[in-house]
Order: sequence, then C-alpha cells, then structure tokens
Amino acid sequence: MNVTEWMPFIVLIPLIAGPICILLPGQRLPWLLAMLSAASALIIAGFTFAEVITNGTLRYAFGNWQPPIGIEYRVDAANAFVALLITGMASIMLAWGKPTVDVEIPERQSSFYALFLLAFAGLLGITLTGDIFNVFVFLEISSLATYALIAHGQDRRALVAAFRYLMMGTVGATFLLIGIGFLYIMTGTLNMMELAERLPALADSRATQVGLAFIVVGFSIKLALFPMHHWLPNAYTYAPSLVTAFLAATATKVALYVLLRFVFTVFAPDYSDAAMPLAIAFAVLAIAGMFAGSWIAIFQKNLKRLLAYSSVAQVGYMVLGASFVTVVGVTASFLHLFNHGLIKGALFMAAGIVFHQIGSARLEDMRGLGRVMPWTLTGFALAGLSLIGIPPTVGFVSKWYLISAAIDAGQTWIVVLILISSLLAVVYIAKLIELFWMQPRPADSPVVQEASPALLIPLWLMVFANFYFGIDTRLTVGGATAAAQAILGVPVGGLP
Amino acid sequence: MLDWIPTVSPLSVVLIPFIGAALIALAASRPFLRDLFCWLTPIPFFIAVLGQLPNVLAGAGGTQALVALLPGLEIGFAIKPLGMMFALLASTLWLLATPYALGYLKHAGHSNIGRFMACYAIALGAAAGIAFSENLLTLYIFYEILSISTYPLVAHSGDKTSRDGARTYIALLLVTSVGLMLPAMVWIWQATGTLSFTSGGILSGEMLSPAAGALLLVLLLFGIGKAALMPFHRWLPAAMVAPTPVSALLHAVAVVKAGVFSVLTVVLYIFGLDYIVTLATHPFMLYLAVFTMLAASLVAIQQDNLKARLAYSTVSQLAYIVTGALLAVDLAAIGGGMHMLMHGFGKITLFFCAGAIYLGSGIKTISAMDGLGRRMPVTMIAFFIGALCVIGLPPTGGFWSKLYLVTGAWSAGHYVVVGAFMLSTLLNIGYLLPPVMRAFLKPPADEQKIAKAKEAPLLCLIPLSLTALGTIVLFFAAGAAFNLLSPAIP
Amino acid sequence: MNILSFFNYWAVILLMMIGYYGMIVCGNMIKKIIGLAIFQTAAFILFISAGKVIGGATPILREGIALYSNPLPHVLILTAIVVGVATTAVGLALTVRIYEAFDTIDDDAIDTLEDDK
Repeated sequence: MNVTEWMPFIVLIPLIAGPICILLPGQRLPWLLAMLSAASALIIAGFTFAEVITNGTLRYAFGNWQPPIGIEYRVDAANAFVALLITGMASIMLAWGKPTVDVEIPERQSSFYALFLLAFAGLLGITLTGDIFNVFVFLEISSLATYALIAHGQDRRALVAAFRYLMMGTVGATFLLIGIGFLYIMTGTLNMMELAERLPALADSRATQVGLAFIVVGFSIKLALFPMHHWLPNAYTYAPSLVTAFLAATATKVALYVLLRFVFTVFAPDYSDAAMPLAIAFAVLAIAGMFAGSWIAIFQKNLKRLLAYSSVAQVGYMVLGASFVTVVGVTASFLHLFNHGLIKGALFMAAGIVFHQIGSARLEDMRGLGRVMPWTLTGFALAGLSLIGIPPTVGFVSKWYLISAAIDAGQTWIVVLILISSLLAVVYIAKLIELFWMQPRPADSPVVQEASPALLIPLWLMVFANFYFGIDTRLTVGGATAAAQAILGVPVGGLP
Repeated sequence: MLDWIPTVSPLSVVLIPFIGAALIALAASRPFLRDLFCWLTPIPFFIAVLGQLPNVLAGAGGTQALVALLPGLEIGFAIKPLGMMFALLASTLWLLATPYALGYLKHAGHSNIGRFMACYAIALGAAAGIAFSENLLTLYIFYEILSISTYPLVAHSGDKTSRDGARTYIALLLVTSVGLMLPAMVWIWQATGTLSFTSGGILSGEMLSPAAGALLLVLLLFGIGKAALMPFHRWLPAAMVAPTPVSALLHAVAVVKAGVFSVLTVVLYIFGLDYIVTLATHPFMLYLAVFTMLAASLVAIQQDNLKARLAYSTVSQLAYIVTGALLAVDLAAIGGGMHMLMHGFGKITLFFCAGAIYLGSGIKTISAMDGLGRRMPVTMIAFFIGALCVIGLPPTGGFWSKLYLVTGAWSAGHYVVVGAFMLSTLLNIGYLLPPVMRAFLKPPADEQKIAKAKEAPLLCLIPLSLTALGTIVLFFAAGAAFNLLSPAIP
Repeated sequence: MNILSFFNYWAVILLMMIGYYGMIVCGNMIKKIIGLAIFQTAAFILFISAGKVIGGATPILREGIALYSNPLPHVLILTAIVVGVATTAVGLALTVRIYEAFDTIDDDAIDTLEDDK
C-alpha cells in the first residue's frame, strides 16, 4: 500500500462522509457512517504515522499541481502525531457518545453527525495541510461546524455560548487571514516550506513581524490561551456531552499544533524570538493561565465548567513547554498535548455519563454519587489522578518532562511555579472526590442507576489508556520527540 | 529452612495485594465472599515475601526490570536487605491486622467494608512496591499510590471531622511529595542520568555544586513527608480520625515506615554516607530530627486522647530512625533499620490496644482509663509490653534497636545526640507508662463505665496478644535482624 | 512615496476599526454581525488590493500584454467571502434561535436573564 496516496483520505473521508450523512434517515445510520469514517481515518492515520516515523516526511500535491501553484499536504512526525490523536479521539468519542446524543439531541441526528464530521475533517485538514491559506479554510470549516454543534446543547444558554464563540472565533480567524495576507504580500507564496525559505531574507521587515503577530493572536484565541479564553468555559459547559468531550480532547490541541508550526517551522525559532519576545510572552501568559484557570476552577459549581477552566490551565502547561524553545521543551509540549487529550477526554466522558444519568451537571446534585455510580466515578477519579500528575499515569509523564525541560532551560523558578499550580489541581480534584464519596447522598435525591456498559466500556478504555501510556511511553514520548524535532527543523530520527 | 517456598518474581509479590484488592472490591456486595478474600489475600502475600528471604540472605535478592518509563529511566524492582525487612514487617503485621480490622469494623458498625478492605490491600501492595524498588522513581510511584489509597481510609467514616482530617492528611503528603520530592528527583536525574539505588550513593561532590547538594538533601528529607519530620508532621495526628485498624497498620507501620524506609534508602543509596556528611545542611537536618524527637515527645505527654498521644509518639520514634540515618555511621544506620522493625511491632500493639479499649469500653482518653486493667487485663498487659518495646526496655526488641542507635551516635562522636536519645527515652516512659499505671493501680474514676467494660472480641484480642508476644520474640531474634541488615550498609 | 500612496491600507484600517467598534459596542446581535461582516470585508480588501500590480492588466491571457495583475488573491478571497457569508448565515441563524429562546437579541439583556437562574 502506498501510504502517500492514501494519506489525503484522512481528511477526505470525513469531508465527503459529512454531506452524505445529512441524507441518511433515522438515528442509527448517520452514527454508523460517522463511526466508520472516523475509524477508517484512524487506520490511515496510524499507517501514516508509522510511515513518517520510519521513512520521514510524506508529501502529496493535490491534483498533481506541484507547489507553489497547487495545495500540498506535507506530513511529518508533528502532524502525523496530532492526526493520530484526533482520529483516535474521534473514534472513541463516537463509539461512546451515541447514547448521550440519543438523549440530548433526539431529532435530526443526521445533521448533527454531519456537522460533527465536518468539524472533524476541518481539524484534520488544519493538521495535515502544508499551505497556509488552506489552514484558514479548514479552520473556518471546523469552526463553523463547531458553532453549530455547540448550539445543539439542551440548555438555551448554549445558543448564547455558540454566538459568543462565533464572534471571538471569527475575529481570530480574520486575524489569521490578515496575517496570511501580510506573509503573502511579502513573499508571494502560501506554501509553508517555501515561506520558511524566503522569510529569513525578510527578517527585518516590519510587515512580516506584523503578520506573525496577527497569526499568533489569531491562533491564541482558538487555543484559548489566557487571557483569550473567554469563549471556552461557556462553550464547553453548554455543548452536548459528545461535542464537549471531543472538543476538549482535540480542538485546542490542533490550534496549539498549528501555532507551533507557524512560530517554529514557517518562521525560524530564533526569528520568532528575536523579532518579538514571543518566548517570554508565551511563558508569562502560560503561567498566568495555569494559575488563573486552576484557581477559578476551584470555585466552580458546575462539573463541566470546572473541567473547562482546568483546560484553560492545562493549555498553559502546553504553551509553557514550547516557550523554552528547546527540543525538550517542545517535546514536553507535544507530550502534554497528547496526554491531556487522553486525560480531559476521559474526564469529560465521565462527566457526560453523569449528565446522561442524572440530567444535571451541577455539583450539588452529585453528592454521594460515587456509591451509586461506582464505575463511572472511579473512572473519573483515576483520570483526575492523571490530571494531577500522580504516577503511573500520563499526567505524571507530562509533568516529568515539563519539569525536566524547565531545569534543562535553567528556569528553576518556573519549576516552582509549575509545582505550585499543579497543587491547585489537587485542590479541585480532591474536592470532587470528596463530594462523590465522602458525602452522603441527600435523602430526597432522585433514584439514579449506574450507566450502561455501552457508555462505560469506552470510558474505561480511555482510563486504561491513561495508565498504559503512563507506563509504556514509547509511542507518546517517541512520537512527541520526533514531532518536536520535526517542528523545530532538527533531523528526524526513528523511535528510540 | 525456607527453601521449600518457591521464589516468585518481585512484581508478582507486589501484585498479590492489588489482585486481592480487585477481588475484594468486586465482591463488596457479598459479605461472605468479601471476607473470604480479605482473609485469604495476606497469606500468599506473606509466603511470597518470605520466599524472597533466602536469596536476600545469600546476597542475591531478586531483581526485575519492567519497562522504561522514559528513556533511560526504568521501573524496576531489586530486593535489598532493608527493603526485605520492611516487606517482612508489613506482610507479617498484615496477617495479624486483617482479623483485627474485620473484627473492629463489624463491631463498631462501620459500613463500606469492601471499599475499606480493598484500599487496605492496595496500601499494603504499595508498601511492598516501595520496599522492593530498584530506583527512586519506582519508589516514588508506589509512594504516591500509598498516599492516595490511604486517603479513603482516613476519611472512612465520612463525617466532618474525618473529612477535615483526611484533607490535612492528603494535602500535606501531596504537597511535600509533588512540591519537594518530585523536583529533587528530576534534578538528580538531570545531574546524574540515573535514579538507581546504588551502594555508596549516586551523588558526589563532582556532579553537584555544594549549594545544590545541600538543597537536595533538604528537598528530599522534607519531600518524604511520610517520615513526619517537623514541620511536616501534622498529617500524622490528623490521620488519627481514621478507624483504629488504619492507625494501627498504616499509620504505625506501613505508611510511616515507608517514609523512614525512603529516608534510609535515599541517605544510603542516593547520597551515600560519605557524601552526606560533607553537605552544609547535614548538621541542620540532623539536629532538626533530634528536635523533632524531643518536641514530639513533649507534645505527646500533654495529649489526653490516647490515639493522639500514640501519634505524637510515632512522630518522635520516626525521628529516631531519621536521626539514625543522618548520623551517617553504620551502626546507627543498622539501628535505624532495626528500629523500623521493633517500633513497628511495638506501636501496632499499642494501637491495637487503643482500638480494643475503645471497642470494649468506649474510652478514648487516658484520664478515663483509671481502673480499666481489672476489666481488660489481656489488653492492658499487651499495652504494657508494647510500651516497653517502644521505650526500649528488655525483654523486648526495642532494647536492641535503641542500643545500636545510641552506640552509633557515640561512635560518631555526636554526644549531644546521645544525650537526646537518653532524654527522649525518659520522656517515652513519661507518656507511655501512665496509661498502664492508671489502668492497674488507680481505682476506677467512673465506676459505671468501667463496670460495663469488657475485653474486645476475640478477633481483636488475639492479634494484639500475638504482636505483643512478637516484641518479646524479637528480643531474642534480634541477631537475625542484624545479620539481615548488616550487608545493607557499605 | 507619501502617506496617501498607501491609501488602500488606510481604507482597510478604517473599515476594520469601524467593524470592530460595532462588534464591541453594540449590544444588539444583528449589529454585532454587521460589525463582524465589515471587519471581515476589511481583511478581504487588504488581500485584493495587494493583488493589483501597477500598470498590470486584468489577468486574462491575451496577446500584446506582458504585465498582469496577480489573480491569486482574488481567488483566495473568493473562498474567504464564501466563508464570510457562511459565518454571517450561522450567526443570523443563531440570532433567530436566541430570539425564540430569550425573547431578546440584546447581549446585555441576556446576561441579566442568565443571572436570574
């Protein structure tokens, strides 16, 4: 099998399946199509990743129009790694989420799944493409689909959340468009590799610097980097459970990947740092986000919103790794990108199951729930331990790498800040665990049953993955290292 | 003598309690099956631990590398003499604590016994993992598992006091381990490229600046919060809100011994005795341990609540072991290792008795114990023997370990420490013997309450008699412990 | 080369600020969407005006012409316009639904409604 020929189908399968999905009747068929396309995309992404790791970068020019005229897909270890995460998450989320969708969106599921596929295809497109305008187009495809998906939430505030996200998201995307415009005006090309060749000659140009600034701000909004995170908590809180879990595990990750791609590959790492103090800006915002997100999370009364603020904090960890501008630092960033996908995916899945069973995401309705729904909430607690960074979980591996990177970069004081902020995570997770198990269930609370195995098995698969990749780190650390080397332009080696 | 026991891999030993915990949790709703698993799990565990002994005595404890968690950083096991002793101590006492725990929980009317016993088993598995660790990372992993698994046990009764206590407990243990121990570990790894426990230590003056070495010592000794060095000792009294079986096996043996075991291991195998004495902070930490030893004893004397008094006594006794490690001479280190064993038997006896007194009479405070000896003679005699062991008087094992500690301090020329040991022993007498004297010599203060008191159920009474007997056996078997430990010190 | 020779950029900046101002200041969601559309249009103009080559002819291949304007920005912006229209459509659709659900399309009023719950 020629992997290069198949690689574009990672994006094309969901993109084509999306419109077909609308035409399918009933509840089962659209889901089945979505599931199938996600699974096949996962399989191709798996082969692509293996191929990229062993044989290096893959290139595919659409319609055989070679760049700079045509659009090129250029897959190295970095985007193959991210694509693997997205397709894997989409597959497991779809396998898990059908019962929740049946309850939360009883009607017109075909259009829901079609939107889901479009959002999915958009994220993959951003990841795989080597053309910066194509990034914008796919970003808008996924964003528009996401706005509509969020608006599917049962609570009417979901509409407002979607509208506000639309406003901020479009501003971010337009900023990106402006930045792309500046780069195109200055260099005359849209291909990332050609840009990387031509930009050093324009190092002193004010226009390219402005372009970079627009691009960084545009993606930071999508990434929910503090203080541009305002859209995220409401969007995650009111979106349907499946959408929340999927977005939490993938959307911000893709934004981070593409931001790093621009800052480190399109612009050289030292350029991004010299033209603007990007590394310092990232470090400051990341640390502010780590503290603010965790701190706000402690006081939340809604489970999904609590987890959303925790995501804001975790984005901080990912950006912090990259701000060291070293291979170890960017490795820590990619590692946490993957690992946090696993952690938050599991947590939001568990939260979704609770919502499915009790019909509420308010914490006060969850007192003593651990005895009633032991499987769900044990899964939640284990994923929570992973979020805190207790060994042997993926969260620990992430933290280890991040601290290593900070010591490696000589930033001892950042180690202290990382540790303090991760203790804040202990506070809100411990608060939840206490609420679930150490408090009695109120006498007047409605009768609740444990969820069905259809919901629990995928959750436990995710929990298991949290532990498995916490012990066997060859795939994650190897992939993240290769990704960091690829994105920083260091020669790519095989898996260690 | 022990050749008939098959020697299994270290991982299998560690896994036995975890499997037992899973079975107990799955059988939580079927009391008979659950109790069966509770009874059965400690037995293969004990046998498997015992099976490791011949190899360790022969100087070739089992080793096993599992997976590389990060490149160059493996999770692995290696059974060394000190760890062997800790594992033997924990597995033996678990055998005795299981019937006690079941008897206690049922008699005191606790619910959620399945969750309780499952966490209990996990904690023991984690203790075994700590004991058999080949490197600091593996130790850290099981250390954290131990912290987490004991949290539900401390908060078991679920009321506000126990929740508050459990919060202090988990907060202090996690803050110290994540905030201090983890960065120290990453730092050592960055400096040396290894975390393996190596005879003679892996750190040396060439690798680290004097300031860095000095800081690492502070980070690690405070980071191992389970060793309860002041000012990070508050979690131990806070943990006393737990049901007594937890205080007995975990907060007198498994958890706190895991702490001092980690300190001993870090001092012996990470720093090395030769390097540690060159560090600028070494005298400070040594005298902090001495201070903890004395201060905790002084606090203990003022406690009227029996369990609180025992808890502060534990803080003080742990400081003996840390002091023994920091004296950095072989006799004191061996004395520290032996004191782990002796204090373990002595203190679990005392806690078993405290629980039995509560079950039999409802009494929690020392002032209410007047005249109790006539109603609960077995318990109070066991308490007396346990107290002798913790004080360090013959004919109990505690005598030997304290003797080695004092001799070690003397040979190192730390006469102040020798004096502190002596003073602290006097204080031990001052807080451990009054309960016994009140119980036997004073007339009952509250006739009605004492009249209603009776011995605790047999399930509780037999274990506490056996551990009391154990302290006396150890007086005569101390040579074996010394022989086991002496190869541990380079 | 004076300030006026970059008049297209001045126009872009002016439009962008008008649009952004509208988005931030107006509470009415329809007005916000109008602001957003103006904001996006400014970005489109930036692209299109950059495609003009001074002295260049329309980019249709024919004889006698050597210098063409760059057609690529136009093509790109065609895509971006489609995206912009779609965004406006989604925004308006959401506004309709919000009106059905809240009986108002004023952002601040919705905030106070939410606080009541």
